[in-house]
Amino acid sequence: MTAPSVAEPGGESILEPTQDLRGRPQGPVKRLRQQVKGAQGLSKWLLWIGAAITVIFVILAVFAPLIAPYGFDQYQSGGTRFPKQEGPSGAHWFGTNVRSVDVLSVVIYGSRTAIEVVLLAVCFSLLVGVPLGLVSGYYGGGLDRVLVLVMDALFAFPYLLLAIVIAFLLQDSVGSGVLTAAIAITVIYVPQYFRVVRGSVLSAREEHYVEAARALGAKPRTIMGRYLFFNVIQSVPVIATLNAADAILTLAGLGFLGFGIQPTEAAEWGYELQRGVADMGAGLWWTSIFPGAAIVLLVTGLTLVGEGLNDVLNPLLRRRTGRPVVLPKRMLPRHEEEPV
Amino acid sequence: MATSTGSLRRYALTRIALVIPMVLILLTLVFVLMRVAPGDPIQAALGAKLSPEQLAEKRHAAGFDKPMLVQYAEYLRQVVTLNFGHAITDNQPITTILKINGAATLELTIAALFVALAIGVPVGLLAGRLHDGVFDGFGRLFGIITYAAPVFFVGLIFQLVFSKWLNVLPNSGQLNALNNALLPRHTHLTVIDAIWDGNSAAFTDALKHLVMPAVTLGLLLCGVVIRLIRTNIIQTLKGDYVEAARARGVPESKVVWRHAFRNALVPVVTVMGLQVALLLSGAVLTEETFNWPGIGNRLVYYLTNRDYAAVQGIITVFALAVVVISLLIDFVNAAIDPRVRY
Repeated sequence: MTAPSVAEPGGESILEPTQDLRGRPQGPVKRLRQQVKGAQGLSKWLLWIGAAITVIFVILAVFAPLIAPYGFDQYQSGGTRFPKQEGPSGAHWFGTNVRSVDVLSVVIYGSRTAIEVVLLAVCFSLLVGVPLGLVSGYYGGGLDRVLVLVMDALFAFPYLLLAIVIAFLLQDSVGSGVLTAAIAITVIYVPQYFRVVRGSVLSAREEHYVEAARALGAKPRTIMGRYLFFNVIQSVPVIATLNAADAILTLAGLGFLGFGIQPTEAAEWGYELQRGVADMGAGLWWTSIFPGAAIVLLVTGLTLVGEGLNDVLNPLLRRRTGRPVVLPKRMLPRHEEEPV
Repeated sequence: MATSTGSLRRYALTRIALVIPMVLILLTLVFVLMRVAPGDPIQAALGAKLSPEQLAEKRHAAGFDKPMLVQYAEYLRQVVTLNFGHAITDNQPITTILKINGAATLELTIAALFVALAIGVPVGLLAGRLHDGVFDGFGRLFGIITYAAPVFFVGLIFQLVFSKWLNVLPNSGQLNALNNALLPRHTHLTVIDAIWDGNSAAFTDALKHLVMPAVTLGLLLCGVVIRLIRTNIIQTLKGDYVEAARARGVPESKVVWRHAFRNALVPVVTVMGLQVALLLSGAVLTEETFNWPGIGNRLVYYLTNRDYAAVQGIITVFALAVVVISLLIDFVNAAIDPRVRY
């Protein structure tokens, strides 16, 4: 811990609010909430706009069957087939595509697919990457060296190629649905969590509190689970949000190349764009502009949340506007207590 | 301190030694990935077309009936001699595919890098200089949106606007049919070949075809460049030597140009090296969008046709390209900045 008495160039002290000095330990979630509340200026706006966009997509995803006018692969209603590749109209706000499916419904159901895949992928990567990073960083030695090499190799690999190959290999055994896409994306992001967590463990394990725990006879499991975990987990929310944004792009890329989720399984934006290439040449813009715009919006939303969180959580980037700092009395040296 | 700063040669040797295990791991990874696939390569590619006897014969000819370790050694030998045999489906020599289509990818990526720097450096410099101003806000937004828009979506919009609506640029491909048939190939980089041949019509045609793919891929990268340069400028402008220059009474414009900008540009080399993976992934998507006859385009083709031999060769080259480029970038870096040497 750094001493809290450093003054910023602007003259404001970066002392935490007084109640923190009471020494009551706070959980990471509570601390995160407090820091988000304390966000100022641009970061605050980034965070809120991003959160609003993300929430809209989550609502679309959860209530897709209620919001979408038709099913994601429905090409007829009441016995009459929808027109093929018809422009936006009252009956089909976003038009229909080459399969005569309503584009609006595809876009709405697509958000469901995207969010499912991203949630799965982020959870899988956390479940694999964080424990591996903890163990590798804490024990070191041969296991650590091998893991670092493998992870570095995975990290150096062009990520989309890795995802394509994995998705391609899983096509026959797992199928070409949400799970395959999620696993393919997981493989790309595991090395990132591994690196970050391992790096923080390497510096944290030399800290006095870990040494003290070891001296008290705590088992490695306890040290990793109770002492290291909460101290190295701080940077994970930012990475997870930014990875989620990236994962949506990867999913769309997989779909665009034809190795993603098949249209019979679920609606997927990237696949729609692939089908849209031919339409674009003929000037039929609505089949790809709407799914594409959905990707851009959701990725922007998640990126804004990630960047906002980074601004808020990273003390080097954190900006505080002139908040008056009330020093507790016991902090002041005796002779300054009574102003002259 | 003088003794602890290593020589450039020692740095280069250590760095190369460190690359060897990395390359081995990557190659093993590629090999394992291609072999855990269900069914064997011959069956996957030709199973529907040939009789069991013919399949067995093909399998034997390609060496897929040998033990795994022998196959692995064989694969390593292929990599060292850079001879990957023939594609299973169309029987083309894989090395030829790599050479011809690799050149197209190289042309695209170099042009894209050029675009990324041409847009990214000025915007990043201005955004950092006018830190927290309106321009900075726009720059940041631009960076986020170019990142958030998938390359193929940007490409599709370009095709719609410039090819369909305005009709000023060709929709896709590398050359029009006539030039494609007539232009003699020396380097397989069409722009260079056209100059070589002194063919101005082919040259303009090649450039016209190159513009949209290069800008599409360049926009993807320029977000990274903007962000990087902006942060660097903000940091260098806070540096002691900048403060010192100001204190000496050096005019502000000179402080910014001579002292801050130049130093902020150095790390760009490093970070661009780290973006090779991004660049190659983006290239695959761009090639697919614009039907650019690059190596990524071929990869998708062979994957769809389940041609493991060709896929293995292409992926190996992608992996090696990443390692070699980052190695070269590290050398450049060490040459520029003595602090990075071991």
